[in-house]
Amino acid sequence: MSFRNRWRKILSSLMLSLTGVCAVVAVSILFLILGLLVYNGWRSVDWNFFTQLPKSPGETGGGMANAIVGSCEIVVLATLIGLPVGFMAGVYLAEFGGKTFAFLVRYTADLLNGVPSIVIGIFAWSVLVVRMHTYSALAGGFALAMILIPITARSTEQFMTSVPQTLREGALALGASKWKTIATVVVPAAHRGIATGMILGVARIAGETAPLLFTSLNNQYWNTSLTQPTASLPYMIYTRAMSPYDDWHRQAWAAGMVLLLLVLFANVAARLILSRGIAVQK
Amino acid sequence: MSPKEPTTMSAPNVPSPGQAAGKPGGRQDKLKAVNLNFFYGAYKALHDISLEVPANKITALIGPSGCGKSTFLRTLNRISETIRNTRVEGQVLLDDEDVLKVDVTALRRRVGMVFQKSNPFPKSIFDNVAYGLKVNGFRGALKDAVEHSLKRAALFDEVKDKLQKSAYALSGGQQQRLCIARALAVDPEVLLLDEPCSALDPIATAKIEDLLFTLKDQCTIVIVTHNMQQAARVADRTGFFLLGKLIEYNTTEIIFKNPAKQETEDYITGRFG
Amino acid sequence: MPTSAALRAPRSGPGQTWLRRLTNGDEVARLITLAFAATILLLTGWLIYQLWSTSAVPRHKFGFGFLTSSQWNPVEGQFGALPFIYGTVITSILSLLIAVPLGVGAAIFLSELAPPGTSSAFTFFIELLAAVPSVIYGVLAVFTLVPLMRDYVEPFLKKTLGFTALFSGPIFGFGYLTAAVILAIMTLPFIISISREALLEVPTEQREAALALGATRWESTWQAVVPYARLGIFGSVFLGLARALGETMAVTMVIGNDPSLHASLFSPGYTIAAVIANEFTEATGELYPQALVALGLVLFLLTIVINALARLLIIATTRRGSAHP
Repeated sequence: MSFRNRWRKILSSLMLSLTGVCAVVAVSILFLILGLLVYNGWRSVDWNFFTQLPKSPGETGGGMANAIVGSCEIVVLATLIGLPVGFMAGVYLAEFGGKTFAFLVRYTADLLNGVPSIVIGIFAWSVLVVRMHTYSALAGGFALAMILIPITARSTEQFMTSVPQTLREGALALGASKWKTIATVVVPAAHRGIATGMILGVARIAGETAPLLFTSLNNQYWNTSLTQPTASLPYMIYTRAMSPYDDWHRQAWAAGMVLLLLVLFANVAARLILSRGIAVQK
Repeated sequence: MSPKEPTTMSAPNVPSPGQAAGKPGGRQDKLKAVNLNFFYGAYKALHDISLEVPANKITALIGPSGCGKSTFLRTLNRISETIRNTRVEGQVLLDDEDVLKVDVTALRRRVGMVFQKSNPFPKSIFDNVAYGLKVNGFRGALKDAVEHSLKRAALFDEVKDKLQKSAYALSGGQQQRLCIARALAVDPEVLLLDEPCSALDPIATAKIEDLLFTLKDQCTIVIVTHNMQQAARVADRTGFFLLGKLIEYNTTEIIFKNPAKQETEDYITGRFG
Repeated sequence: MPTSAALRAPRSGPGQTWLRRLTNGDEVARLITLAFAATILLLTGWLIYQLWSTSAVPRHKFGFGFLTSSQWNPVEGQFGALPFIYGTVITSILSLLIAVPLGVGAAIFLSELAPPGTSSAFTFFIELLAAVPSVIYGVLAVFTLVPLMRDYVEPFLKKTLGFTALFSGPIFGFGYLTAAVILAIMTLPFIISISREALLEVPTEQREAALALGATRWESTWQAVVPYARLGIFGSVFLGLARALGETMAVTMVIGNDPSLHASLFSPGYTIAAVIANEFTEATGELYPQALVALGLVLFLLTIVINALARLLIIATTRRGSAHP
């Protein structure tokens, strides 16, 4: 074998192994992140974490109870607004859309999907915080809903379009009206995918911080009013991490671990639901 | 006429069994197309089709791929309207009423359809058959009606122990008979079948052909098939389509033994397919 | 015929009054879902309007000079966007320089070399990375990456490449380079995922043709398969760029918050998203918050353009299925 050929073979093996290294590095990042968070966070996650209000630095026994509850409030609000709107819009795009209007909606939804979440926060601020003269859970929920709507709409559309046309025709041929066909045949056939899309969307907004920075802001105490600033888990993580106190740093790790585990759990669950197969009901 | 089992149907919208069949002294033509033209956008797919489908008989439509026979069949229950940009000119008469001008869901209760590839819903066997009844507001005993339909489709014995299982657990031939049962549940006067056996093996095909014989007493059957032998086996009348035109339409015997048109003869003898 | 009466009355269609059509369930369903779909258009239009109108004051005061001025002095009412545009662009491009080779390399491995089981498993984990919230990346960056950069990586770079302006200057750990590294990690899953799909679309005949001519495995991959998928790969790069430009939390936590221009990559800087995140709640008066909104408008326009390009490229691959220029 000539030198050149031998060199080509060596180069081939080298480059291909390099790509393998790249892939291994990429995969290990996830485990690295998970490992670091668990290692640094698990010691600080105790009963207090889930039940106590935050305490001043130096005082032990503080927790993030209000942030957990606050996050739930804001995310539930966003879900109540965002999922139905997104779902209905997705149904329109998949089943009723006329050519131009549907194209416009689709294009705009994709556009909205690409807008940085902090810009969405600015929008929610200018519309709600300024008018109401207060930061509020409402504004935070609205911002998160705006992120959730286009995601839900496009994923609902995608899964409904993948239901074969012959299923619709079968229902129509039996005398079912179009909306009945959609409600009793198409949506049930696509329900796995639609549910997955929704779970993933909610998991995504649960972890968002930027839109909350100047909408729901933060709160050291309990708050159940929707029109007051409200604590949230991501925001707490942010402020604790940026503080100069070791104690608060530990809390940031702990809260980060809790948030990450929740988000990863939701993602894995959603993907497993989807991979069980689409549309085959028992 | 084979007697049908009595069912307790009380919903006003679904016709009772006896009245669905051809009545004594009733009209000969159940379904009639008059100068029917069909357009996909600007493309004319059907040219001036005029055809009478006799009641309580099996009418077959044959012809090479793309000749328009399926397109024609799909105008009869207006399922062709689900595709955008289509247009119909002419008339389709069901018992002398123009179906193109009436409520389409009511039409489809009376004119049922079975598709080329079986398309059971992702539901249980029971729910599949019951679907048409539920959607049309049936208020009687669902279980009896479902059982009756499955018996008419010669499927009941094979599935009676697993009515709650998913329809997808059945074989291809069974799924198609399930679709027939589903279509029969609303007691249609006309049953349209679009190449129902093309995806099935010979044994399953034979079962369905036998089924059609037993059904024709109770309803009018129109079947599209690319299998000439099947048409020769089951049909009373046969229509030959070519390039969107109805070339010849007559009793099956004449079409296959003594066709009037040269194109028909060429197709029958296999000069093109 | 008992049902012929039922056949006679059409419920909808031309010739019916609007009120009659409204009682038809299908029409109602269509209108309801259409209304919801229209809210997407409404919200987006409103967003653009709000961004535009709430930034009116600085736009009128500075005009296009806003984009070119590097003065950011809230006390004196001087607002210029340049340091932030610079910081945003430099960190994003730098992050791509790191993420693209790593990502495309991993994508090649996953699509060409890995057995299907390994490929799916790896892809599953990599796609989970995309779901990790930004603030979590931020926590990791602050506590783990910054010390790493400050104590090992940056001194090493300074020793070896310190003769260039890019790698000289004081080392803090916080700064452009650290932000770029964490951004690279965050955009990696997107680049891998989309590039992998683009590579999987390449027909096997391409690879086989090269191999049949005597090419090595690497040569056929790099010279036949990858170029065929280049549109999709470029699409993934643009998508990664769009995400990096708008990324807020992780960058805010490590960028160093210095609203001025610096040549050295070790030095602290600022990005558009970071300054908005940090200063928005403190902004008093009228001009200051509006200047931040104006920055948001700039970011908005930037990401829209890049995203549109990304989507065009990705659509071009899936539709044509080939890499025609």
